[in-house]
Formats: sequence, structure tokens, C-alpha cells
Amino acid sequence: MSGVATAGGLRGRLQGFLLRPEASVIVVAVVLVIYFQFANVNFLTNANLETLSQFIATPVIIACGEIMLLICREIDLSVGQVFALAPFVMERAHGWGLPVPLAMAAALAVSGGVGFVIGLITLRLRVPSFITTLGMLFLITGLTLTISRGFPADTPGGKLLTNLMGNWGYAEICWAFAVVALMHIVLRHTRWGLHTIATGGNAIAAAEAGIDIDRIRMGNFILTSTLGGFAGLLEAFRIGSTDPLAGGSNIMFLGVASGVIGGTAIAGGAGTIIGGLVGGIVLGVLQDGFTLQGINAFTFDIIIGAAILLAMVANIHLARLRGGAR
Amino acid sequence: MSTEALRAERIVKSFGHVTALAGVSMHVARGEMLGILGDNGAGKSTLMKILTGFHQPSAGQVFVNGAPVTLASVDRARALGIECVYQDLALINGLSIYHNLFLNRELLRPWPFRLLDHRAMRERARAALADIGVNIPSVDLEVGQLSGGQRQAIAVARAVASDARILLLDEPLAAMGAREAGLIIDLIERLKARGDIAIVMIAHNYAQTLEICDRVMLMQHGEVTYESRAAETSAAELLEIVRREYRAARAG
Repeated sequence: MSGVATAGGLRGRLQGFLLRPEASVIVVAVVLVIYFQFANVNFLTNANLETLSQFIATPVIIACGEIMLLICREIDLSVGQVFALAPFVMERAHGWGLPVPLAMAAALAVSGGVGFVIGLITLRLRVPSFITTLGMLFLITGLTLTISRGFPADTPGGKLLTNLMGNWGYAEICWAFAVVALMHIVLRHTRWGLHTIATGGNAIAAAEAGIDIDRIRMGNFILTSTLGGFAGLLEAFRIGSTDPLAGGSNIMFLGVASGVIGGTAIAGGAGTIIGGLVGGIVLGVLQDGFTLQGINAFTFDIIIGAAILLAMVANIHLARLRGGAR
Repeated sequence: MSTEALRAERIVKSFGHVTALAGVSMHVARGEMLGILGDNGAGKSTLMKILTGFHQPSAGQVFVNGAPVTLASVDRARALGIECVYQDLALINGLSIYHNLFLNRELLRPWPFRLLDHRAMRERARAALADIGVNIPSVDLEVGQLSGGQRQAIAVARAVASDARILLLDEPLAAMGAREAGLIIDLIERLKARGDIAIVMIAHNYAQTLEICDRVMLMQHGEVTYESRAAETSAAELLEIVRREYRAARAG
């Protein structure tokens, strides 16, 4: 009898899992990993896993911010530029005599400041964030080029800090997991997360209930820019230097794509951080797997594009199934 | 027996040169339900917005439980137990029923992390729904998966759970099928039976309003043109009054 109950529980649990927005992308990720392991024995080796983890880490950290913004119906197109700006702020601040940890803090503060400015322009002056951050994208590129005079900068810092912040092979992915864990808790288990969903789901009702929706949006702009700066710092520590044109729109779109592939609604009101992580893994596995197989860069973009489209079609139809299950 | 919950006296409201309300008086007691009928532009919504503290009256006085009050803001009105339930504006579709019931009044776990206490909110939500007899399979369902009637019931439950004792319902039965409307009418009947809640309902449908309200008020061009106990009038009589006024207005 208990066996029957367990079977029912298992089936129920399986059904519950399949109805979750992350489900389709988790299945896709597992299938891809199995495929690439069969296609190339080097796939699941330590050396390749290290490379793979580095492909994944940065887009996932950026996805965590973008997911929060997408949920409250905003977007940040300039986060990839903050990614490049932050290391230069750190290098400059260190050059002015600040110890490296404080210089890092200064870089994060400047990154957060960019988010604050985006928030002010978007919320006070009522410019859609798509436009605000499109402007910021160019503005910050120019700023970084000016600060750097167009030259790459070496990353300051001692051995321990450098290893901790990204130079050790798995440091970046550890930070990414930490950010994912933290943001998952924020989204699912704090008032901030709940109010972010409410703001995107029905701003009028949220405001009616007394939620300060502009504060929620502002906070998420600051969060996204700060995470973008943080990801830029990690990358700078990993590589040991920063190019003023690092990151850019490419890294931003990978972040947004990770979130959307993972099941976050581009129309707002729903989203998942775990899905963003798995979405980032899928993109990373594709990139890394096809690189191992020696597929050339041109074909690669075709495959990534098709993968994004496929994932979106799957998501939308699974969402319909969920809606139809009522 | 019937204790007065809410009274408004000679409320005037002008927007620039336009007089939306030209001295409207109304009252409703605990355990009683008042229906306000009238066409678009009759001033029903303006009256509601004054009672919820959204608009301030140009003249006149509002009383809650017999004491004169100034409804300076929505929060102030809410603190006095006045809550308006809007049909479609009230809920967040992407959130579960229990999250909606506790929106911005979330229960948190104790120090140090102050995370959401999902379990306590679920339990309290189940109790709150059972309390007013709303039957929903699971409080974990997303509100977007519910029917219009169920959503309306959740919105009413939220108001009652937040200690609202003067409920203003804005077109609660609009665009609803018979079964859905029946769900809400049953809910309203149960709330009335509790005896501690006063209900004011804005509506268009005369017959339906007469069926569920104790008293009805007819508003036209910013004035109350007719008031009666529901049992002592009929939809035909109300319609005749509206027609008469309309003809008079056209002739004048």
C-alpha cells in the first residue's frame, strides 16, 4: 500500500517538476551534456570542465541581475559596458593609493552608481529603460575608452586575492553559484523578490497594496549594474588584465538569453534564477561542446541562434500546457 | 440592532468647473448592503473614490462608526477599515493565492534573516478562505489560473483578512457568467450574515442589485435621485425613474 502511495508521490513529483518553468531547460542541459560526452571523450575532463565553467560564470552572474529586471518589466542593455568599466575604476582607484579590496569596493560603488543613474532617468524622467540603457551603453563605452585611453590595464592585487577572485580555475564559477544561491533566496524567500514579481505582474495592484514600485525598480537597476561590475572584476582577476572593449553587448545578450532560455518571461511578472543558471549552462555547453568538435565560429552563431529560438518555442508551449492544466 | 458603520453627508466634489457630486448623502450599517446604481458619469465612482480616500471632497462630511473623519489618503481610509475591491486591478496573476492574500503584509520568519514564512502564510490563507467559505483546491495555485469569480472572491477575502469592515465593491458581478456571479453572491450573503461588515456595491444591473442588496440608491448627474429598501421597489420602477429624469433633462 505504501508502495502505491510512493509511486503516486513520485509521479506527482515528476509532474510537479515538469510543470516548473525550469523543467524544459534542465532536460535540454542534461541531453546536451550526454551528447557532447559521447561525441567527444574530452568533454567531461577536468581541463575542459574548467574552461566550460569560465564560459558559464559571467553570463550567469549577469543573468541574475537581468532576470530581476525582466521580472519587473525593465531591462539593462548597458550591463556589459559596466562589466568593462569596473576593472578600470579599480585600477585607477588602486593607482590613487587605495588598497585593492577598497579599490574593488570603489569599482562596485561606481557600477551601482550607473544603475542609480539609469533608475533616475527611467523612473523620474520616464524614459523606457530600453532607451535609457541603450544611451548608457554608448556613454559608458566612451567613458571606459577615455579613462583607459584605449589601452588595456593590468589587474592589481596579491596572489591570494587574485586566485580567490578568479585566477584559480573554478573561482569564477564558485562566485557565480554563490550569486545564484543568494539571488534565488532573494527572489523566492524575501519580500523584495515577491514585490519584484508583483511590480512586474501588475504594477497598479502592487502600488495599491502599498508597495513602493519605483523603489523596487530602482533597487533592481542598481543590483544589475553592480553584478555586471562584479562579473567584470572577476574576469579581470582571471585574465590578469582588462581590455576597454571587454564584455560589451555580447556578454549582456548572453545574460539575457540565459534568463529567457531558463524560463523568465520577457513580458515580466515571472522568472526563475535557477532557470537562468541552467540557461547559462546550456549556452556554455553549446559553445564549449561545439568548440571541442571543431565547428567554426560562423556556424556556431547559427547554432546558438537556433538554440535560443528552440528553447523559446519549448518554453512558450510548456507555459501553455501549464495554463491549460487549470 | 443595526449600527451605523459609514455615513456621508452632503458630499460635494468639483473638478474645476465640473461638479461631479452635488451634495450626496448616504449611509450603511453593519450587516447591511447598500447598492448604488446609476449610469456612467452619474458620480458613483467619484463617491467611491472619496470614501476610499483617493479624492478629497470639496464640501461635506464623512462619519465612520458615528465619528466624523477626514479620509485624507487611501492609507488613512484603510486604517479606518474601509477597503475597496476592484475587479481586475486587485491581484497579481503570477503570484500564488496565499502570496496575494498577504501582499505587502507578508509574514516573516524571526531573526536573523527575516525570510518569508511561506508555511505560516499558507496556513493563515487557508484559514482566512475557510472563514468566509471560499472553496479553492489549493492556496498554492497561481491567481492567473483562477476564474473571474474565484479571483473576485480572493480579492474580497484579502480585504476581509486585512480587517476591512467597510467593503466597497466596484462592479463585483460585471462580465461574469451566472455560475460565477452565484459564487460571489453566496460569498456576499455569508459576509452579510456575519453582521460585522458593511458593504457598499456599485453596479449597473438593476435586477441583480435588487436581489442581493438590502437598500438601493439611484444616482444621476451627481445627485441621489431615489432611495428605497430593495424589497419595496422593482427594476421596472427604477428604470421608469431613470427614463423620466432623462426626458426631463432633454426637455430642459
